[in-house]
Formats: sequence, C-alpha cells, structure tokens
Amino acid sequence: MADDIFQGYKGAGLEVLKKFNVRVWGQAEVETTRGPFQGTVLPRADQDDDRHIVLKIATGYNIGVDIATITAMRETGYKKANYKIPEKQFPVTPGLPAVKLLGTGGTIASRLDYRTGAVIPAFTPGELYGAVPELADICNLTTEKLFAVFSENMGPEQYKALAVAIGREIENGIDGIVIGHGTDTMHYTAAALTFMVQDPPVPIVMVGSQRSSDRPSSDAALNLMHATTAAGHGGIAEVMVCMFGPTSDEYGFLHRGTRVRKMHSSYRSTFRTIGDTPLATVTRAGVKPIKQDFKPRRRDRKAVIRPFFEEKVAMIYYYTNMQPDMIDSLVEHGYKGIIIIGTGLGHVNKPLYPAIERAVAKGVHVFMTVQTLWGYVHMFVYDTGRDLMAKGVVPLENMLPEVAYIKLGWVLGQTRDRDEVRRMMLAPINDDITPREPYNGYLVYQGGVPEVEEFVRKVHK
Amino acid sequence: MKQPIDPIANYEATRRAVGYVPRARADQATYDALGFMSGLEVHQQLLTGQKLFCRCPAGIYQGPDDYDAEIIRHMRPTLSELGEYDGTALMEFKTRKQIVYRIKSRTACTYEVDDTPPFPLNRQALDIAIEIALLSRLKIVGEVHITRKQYLDGSIPTGFQRTAIIGVEGEIPLKRGPVRLIQLSLEEDSCREVSDIGHVRTYRTDRLGMPLIETVTYPDMKNPDEVREACDYIRFLNRSTGKVRTGIGAGRQDVNVSCRGGTRVEIKGVSHTAWIPELTHNECFRQWALLEIRRELLARVPDPAAWKPSSVRVRVLTWGLRSPALRALRERGQIMVAVNLPGFAGALSHFTQPGQCFADELAGRLKVIACLERPNMDHSEAAVPAISAGDWARIKQELTPSDGDAQLVFWGPEEDIKTALETVEERCRMAFAGVPNETRQPLADGTTVFERVLPGADRMYPDTDSKPIPLEDAHIERIRPSVPTEVSARYQQMKTWGVPENCYAYIFTRNLFPVIERVVSELGFGPVFVGTVFGQTLKHIEGHHQTTPDFTYNKVYGLFKYVKEQGLAPEIIRAMLPVLYQHPKMDFESILTSINFKRVAEDEILSKVPFLKEKIRSTRVSTDPSIEPHWIMGQLRTSALGNIGLTGLSKTIEHG
Ligand SMILES: [Zn+2]
Repeated sequence: MADDIFQGYKGAGLEVLKKFNVRVWGQAEVETTRGPFQGTVLPRADQDDDRHIVLKIATGYNIGVDIATITAMRETGYKKANYKIPEKQFPVTPGLPAVKLLGTGGTIASRLDYRTGAVIPAFTPGELYGAVPELADICNLTTEKLFAVFSENMGPEQYKALAVAIGREIENGIDGIVIGHGTDTMHYTAAALTFMVQDPPVPIVMVGSQRSSDRPSSDAALNLMHATTAAGHGGIAEVMVCMFGPTSDEYGFLHRGTRVRKMHSSYRSTFRTIGDTPLATVTRAGVKPIKQDFKPRRRDRKAVIRPFFEEKVAMIYYYTNMQPDMIDSLVEHGYKGIIIIGTGLGHVNKPLYPAIERAVAKGVHVFMTVQTLWGYVHMFVYDTGRDLMAKGVVPLENMLPEVAYIKLGWVLGQTRDRDEVRRMMLAPINDDITPREPYNGYLVYQGGVPEVEEFVRKVHK
Repeated sequence: MKQPIDPIANYEATRRAVGYVPRARADQATYDALGFMSGLEVHQQLLTGQKLFCRCPAGIYQGPDDYDAEIIRHMRPTLSELGEYDGTALMEFKTRKQIVYRIKSRTACTYEVDDTPPFPLNRQALDIAIEIALLSRLKIVGEVHITRKQYLDGSIPTGFQRTAIIGVEGEIPLKRGPVRLIQLSLEEDSCREVSDIGHVRTYRTDRLGMPLIETVTYPDMKNPDEVREACDYIRFLNRSTGKVRTGIGAGRQDVNVSCRGGTRVEIKGVSHTAWIPELTHNECFRQWALLEIRRELLARVPDPAAWKPSSVRVRVLTWGLRSPALRALRERGQIMVAVNLPGFAGALSHFTQPGQCFADELAGRLKVIACLERPNMDHSEAAVPAISAGDWARIKQELTPSDGDAQLVFWGPEEDIKTALETVEERCRMAFAGVPNETRQPLADGTTVFERVLPGADRMYPDTDSKPIPLEDAHIERIRPSVPTEVSARYQQMKTWGVPENCYAYIFTRNLFPVIERVVSELGFGPVFVGTVFGQTLKHIEGHHQTTPDFTYNKVYGLFKYVKEQGLAPEIIRAMLPVLYQHPKMDFESILTSINFKRVAEDEILSKVPFLKEKIRSTRVSTDPSIEPHWIMGQLRTSALGNIGLTGLSKTIEHG
C-alpha cells in the first residue's frame, strides 16, 4: 500500500516527506532554519496537525520538526519496527479451575509499541501469560474474543451476544467466567448480564482497568488476578464487577452487577456499590464475603439465558425548566419506554405533566428514579409526586437510573403489556431493588473533619 | 594449602597494582592513562508558582512524617521492545517493593498519585525552559512531545516521568574549549525518599511534579576538575536567568563516568558541585580496579560460562558454631547461607575505592536487590570478620573449597534468600565481564555505593495523555529578548573590569552580575569596588549573620543609589551593609544612625590633620615614618567614613 510508507501524515507534512523522499521509519537528517536535526521518522497520530514531522532522536525522545523551518531532508537509512507480544504457552495445571476470559474490546493487559506509544492488547492466553505470568498459578485460562468495540459502543447487540456466549460456556462446564470490559459503561453491561443470565451456577466477573497496562503502576494486572481468583475459586455465583477497593494496590471489591456504578472519572477505586455494601473483597489469597446473602456456586449447569432488548428506550435527566417538548419528541420518535431521573424524592416540574400524560396515553412506559443515586423514590410524600403517579409514572424504589434503563429495555424486549411491564420492573432481580437500605450503604465521608482525617491518615486510601 | 589471604596486605597490594593515587597527586597524564571520560546531566528546578502538569503549588515542602494520607503501589515491569524485561525492570520486580506514598493535601492532588490524567503543561515553565535552551545555544524543537520515561523504583507513582525535549545540540564555553550539549528537557521532579527498609520504600510527594530542566552534556570532560567546571557553568547559566529555584535540592546532577574498557556508570543526585572531582576520580579508579579483578579472574577461571558457586545453609547449632553474631541472627529467625566462590581468593578484599573492596559491591547489591539490611554478609577476607576463625573453619568444611576459592556468608529472612543467592552469583559473574552498568549513590567522602541497575534504552515512549505542543518561530522570538547575556561574556566583563577572581563563584551562584552591572552603569560606581562589595563584603556578611525574607539584592542597589544621592563617600556602604542585611526593612537614614554616622564637612576633618601630626610627633618613640599616617588615619577613620574618601584622605595626610 503506497500510503503506508507515510503512516498518519497528511496535507503539507505529507508533501514535505514526498518532496524529500523520506519515509516513515526512515533515518533522516533534517536541515532547518533552527539548525540540523537527526532521527527516525515516526508515524504521526491522526488527530495531530499536518505542520510537523515527528523524529525519534538518538536519546530515545521524540521531537517534532516544524515543516515551515525545513530547508532540506535526507533519508540515510531505514528500519521498520515490528511489534508483537511474546506468546508463551499458557501452562495447564491439573487441579486448577478452568476459567474463560471473554473479550469485548477493552484492553486489560497489553504491551507497548515503544516507538509509537500504541498499546498492543494482550489477549490470547499465551499473550496474557507473557504479560501477567501469575495467572498460571490461579487458573487454567482460555480466552475468546467476542468483539472488539470501545466501552462506549457497547450496546444491546453485545449484551445479547455476551449472554448467549456465557450460556454456552456454562453448558460446556466452565468453572468461572471473566469478561474484559472498558470501565466507562461496565455497570450498564453488568446490569444487562444480570437480567439476561439469571441464576448462573458459576461466578461471572467483569473486569477492566483504570490505568492502561503499559504503565508500571497499572491496576490491570492486579485486577486480572483478582477477577480470575473470584471466577475460579470464589463461591459467589453472580454477575459481578471486580475492580480496586482502595486506590492503593491492596484488594479488590466484588460489586453486585445491579448496584454498582462508576463514580470517578479517573480514580482506580472508581466503582462503588450504591445503597448497600459490596458483596466481597478479593485478594490473590481468595474471596472474602462482606454480604452473607449471596448466591452460592453450584455444581449444576443450569442458567436462565434471556437475551432480549428493546432499543427504543430512553433515559432523561430532569433539570429545572425542562420543556415538555423533550418528552414529546421522544414519543414522536417512537420511544416505547422512558426512565426519568427526577430530583429529590422523584420529581419533575408541573409544565411536564401534560407531556407525560400524552406519552402514557400513547402507550409509552414511564418510570421514575432519582438523581441523588442514594435513597428511594418517594412519590407519596408531596402532592406533586402523587399527581405524577396518577398520570401513570411508576416509581422504581431505589433502582439506579442506568440499571432502570437497562431493565426497561430488557423487559420491553419481552412484553408490552402495561401491567406485566410494571410487574417485571418492580420484581427485584438480584437486588436491582432492595427492600431496605443498610446504615452503611451510604458512606460518603467529607474531608476536613478531624475524625475523617484521622481515618484517612491511618487507612490506606 | 596456600597461605591464607591477609586482607589488609592484599587490599594494599591490589591498590598499588591498580595504580591508585589520591586526586592531589593525579594530573592529566594520570587521567589520560585511565581513559577518563565524563558527562553530566544537570537538573535544575524552575521558579514557577505551580507544578508542571497539575495546579498544585510548587516549592512547598513537608517534614517526613507530616502527611494526611498514605497510598500503596507496586511497580510492575512492562515488556520491552523485544518482549523481554530489561535489567532494571527485572531487578525492581525481584525486590518486590511495597511503595508507600505520603500525601499532604496542600501539596499534592490526585494527579501526583496517578489518579487523574495530566492537565495541560505549565506554560510558564515551558517559556523558562526555552529561555535557558536559547542561552545554551540549543536548537529549539518545532514541536514539544511529552514522553514517558520509565522508573520502576517508585520515585514517581505512575512508574514513569513525563519529560519533553525542548532543544538539542548546543554548547557551553569552558576554559579548554567548548563542551557539547546533547539536549535540554523539561520534566517533572520525582518524590523525595523518606526511608527504604526491607521491602518497604516510603516517599513523600511534595516535590513530585515540580518543573525541572535537565541539561545533558556529551562525555567531553577529560578530568575531574573539568567536570566540575562544566557543572558550575551550567548551574550559573541557569541561575543567570533569575527564573530558577535556589537552595537545597533545587539543583542536582547525575555524573556519568567511565574509564577505557569500562562502562558508563551514573553517580546519581550529587547535590554539591564541589564533590564532583573526588567522586569522578574515585569512580574512574573503581572501574579500573574492576578491570584488574577481571584480568586476574580470567587468568584463574578459563571458562567463566562454566563458573558456578556452591552454597549451603548454615546450621548454627548442628555445626556447633559459637560466634555471638551467628547466634543472634538465628534467634531473630534469619537464615544464613554460606557460598563458595571458586577462584575468587583475593578478589573479595581487592581494592575498588578508598576504604572499599570488591565484597562491598556484593553487600550493596544484597541490600538493594534482595532487601537485606546491612550488615548482611561476612566473608573469608574481611578485615574485621564478624564470625570467629573457628566458625569459619567449620563453615568452610561444609563447602569443601579448593585452593584459590573465597567464601562468604549472608543472612536475611527466608523469603529473600533465593533472590540474595542469585544476586551474589549474578554480581560475581559480572566480575568476569568487567564493569556492570549501574547507577551509584554518592557519599560525602567521595566514594559511591551501588544504587540501581542502569535502566535500559527501551524505557521511553510517547505520553498518550498529552498532545504535542507546537513552538512557532514567533513564540521563540517573543522569549529571545529576555535571554540574559552569556555567562562567559559576563566572566569576560568582570575580568576586564578587574574584579578579583575570588568574587566570581559567589557572584554567579547568586546571579549578582545583573545588579552589579546596573550599579556600575546606572550609578557610576567603580566596578572593582562594586564587585568586591558583593563578592567579598556581602559574602562575608552572609556567612556570619542571619537575614529575613525581606532582604533582596535589589535593596543593595538601593543602598548604592542612596549613598550616591546623599553625596556620601562610597566606603560607608561596607559599614551599612551588615545592618541592611540583618534588618532589611530599616530605612537608610536609620542605618546611618545605628552605625553612629555624623555628617561632618570635609574641611573640618582635614583641619584636624595638622593638630594630630603635632600630637604624634611630640609623643612618638619609633623612627618608622609609616607609623605617622597610619595613626592619624586611625584617629580620623570613624568620623571620615562616608564623609570623605578614605584613599584621598590618606594621600592628604601623607603629602599634605
Ligand atoms: Zn497536583
């Protein structure tokens, strides 16, 4: 391919390379008005401008040369680099549990292309063994790449395919399943799998990383060790998310798939169980339950796989002065279900009422959750709430908004009957609604308070 | 049996064989014979309000135990280009260190501990770096690329340092000629270590992330004094901008040294340039000594690949060992392992540095790699053995050594024994190859100890969290006018003025040239007088008195200006300066009062001369003619100071 020798260069930059006949991976001497530069021409990232040429200089650093300053350029050599992860045979150890890693596209383990900085995912058992050799002491690992999509592109098709694949693995006798997933939408997928794969006999553990595994301080390797431990040795047979407990490299949490949420854009300890305690902690030594009412691992091979999803479901985040046409337009565009994320105990302003009435009249299913994330919808407390309920809005107790959205899609994929939809939405599946909120289900401590500071100083964050 | 090695005699003999001479007796011929080569990496913190990649304040420090929270990380090696772990990576992984970071809310945010991606690069820091790069005659890059440089020792919580090249290929002028610069980079500073004990290394994060530049020279320096000269030049150059931090730790350098046939060894974090000559001198000889050891070993062990030490666990009770040291170790639950090193007789006590022998190379690695706290070993050639001769004999019996072998015993917790044994074997094998690639920690006595394995080349890769920053010509031209004159030109100017050379170091360290130049050109004072007021008087005052943060060198300018405006004789400045230094807020009139200055007319002072002459002539006993003017000056000095030029007065007394 002709373009390949100028990887990523475009416009004026590409013209300069062509003019002086210098290729990417060529060793170049560049004369500029600022003086001479020497190095290997590197590929240019797509999103960068066309005004510079990237060189890797002898000391290993990269620099850019402004093409406006270039007076001459000469290729003195050429060395194309080829990178791949070393494949080492993943050792099979008799007596260790069989764990299947299903890949969705998020990279958990990877290595770097040192020249371009590109992250090359490690996925096959051999590659993973090369990157995280400790895995061989935990389980006998096999892998399957189901699809390669970014976390934000995960959707109904992927949820359904995952559920089917999980069902197949369970039938085939696997001891535990790990699902590698980008972290941004992991809690959506965790909810979807909870509804689509009910009563699994083995652990189904979702895992990702908040710091890509090319960095020495990445959480990826430890998360992967924790997840395979939970999947292969743990006794909790539920759909769970396994990520860092504290930001320190100490232990992981196992969160129930219906109560977990990503709560920080970048922290390692971003996943938190909302309105309850996590299921368990996990270290390389094993799983230590926090909750006692988990569903235990079973020897049978039964699981209820229900891969359904109606795509015309929306979630709207109420804000002050929201106009009724927000809801009308959803109805006009054929949406079958709407999750409202209301203020306080579950409210919206009066001008929306007629729009909600119109929606319900057209057969749209409307449910209410809360922006506060913690706590229940209580629509009986104020008149406004009672009005809304009279207009057909159904409160969803303490179901998390994203979980409600996924559940409504899943329910509407199976029935449109108003009473049945309502019944299914309110029938808890693995704690999407809990009957009570424990005292320690809401612990957002605030810094600055002496006793909190004392705690933070003593206990590793 | 051959005669047992006498450690002290062997140490002396090998020192002579290596040809070691103290630095005072070394000259260029000495260094040429060794093939002395040295280059520098000079680090300098920049004076910015905030850190490089986050908005935390820069330059605020905490005590080692002053922290709000701790977090723990482990550094995991990432695979290198060829799919192998590089040397440092493997070593750091072997050590299985638990890294503890102490965080103080005031000085570190979630960025420092790698829980937030970087914010855009600090532009103030970038512009200072460009200014210094221009001053260093470096070629400024067209686009700044943030690069990650891996560090697995934990000194940076991400496991890499964000760093970027600002300029390449420059030079600085030294006495002997120019020294070439490879590059100047802008980077984030690392953590300060609190402690490193066993498997726990603790850092504080206050300094972490502060903007720093690193100037790297080619290995152009041919003797230890040149290395220091180059280092001083670069530091003075940095300071001449007035935009860098000063004080302890604000400037540090890594010094690379090799001898002919040796390896580039990096002496890390030398905080005083005065230490450089002794350190580089000793390091060059250490490498020369290691090559001598290599020669001797190869003569004895023809096939190094087949060389293999043997080892055995020491059984204190079963073998009836009596040394209190051994019994104490056993009580602490430590494991002891005895190792036989075939062909190593004489090598363990072989000279490497003043006061150190080859066995110290092993002990240093046992500490760092296997986490065995020192003292961690004893050996058959120790000058002061920890184990009795009888016990040694019993231990050797188990090892069944041959003539020409050496033995050592090391001890530590069970879980570190395997790594320790590998470490001993690995270092001994390296002795057959010569000088290992490593970084070494400087000691105040001019010697060094093992610090880390030198990281491989494959530890640099682009920072995917940052976009490249274009540096257009227009941007550089905006900075160019603020670039100060070159340090070499300033040297030349002071020479031309006749300012004594002993003033220069102080003047450049404090970046006083600009204020001196202003006093001379704007106020018209004589340059020698101004130069010595700063380079001698002020230096003396600084060494003997305390000041407050209100004192600035600009206040000294103000003092000169005041003296000129008041029409006072310049000498009074030397008397006023100590008061100004200690009480920078005091106004000049009050300073004059505090030194008992009274305005007296010139005529009035001169009118006293005939009377004094009369007086001394009537009383003197000596015939020495120089006594008279001296005595008169003494009588008049206090009232004359500031009112009349003392030189002129003295001439008037002699001739008038
Ligand atoms: Zn910060």
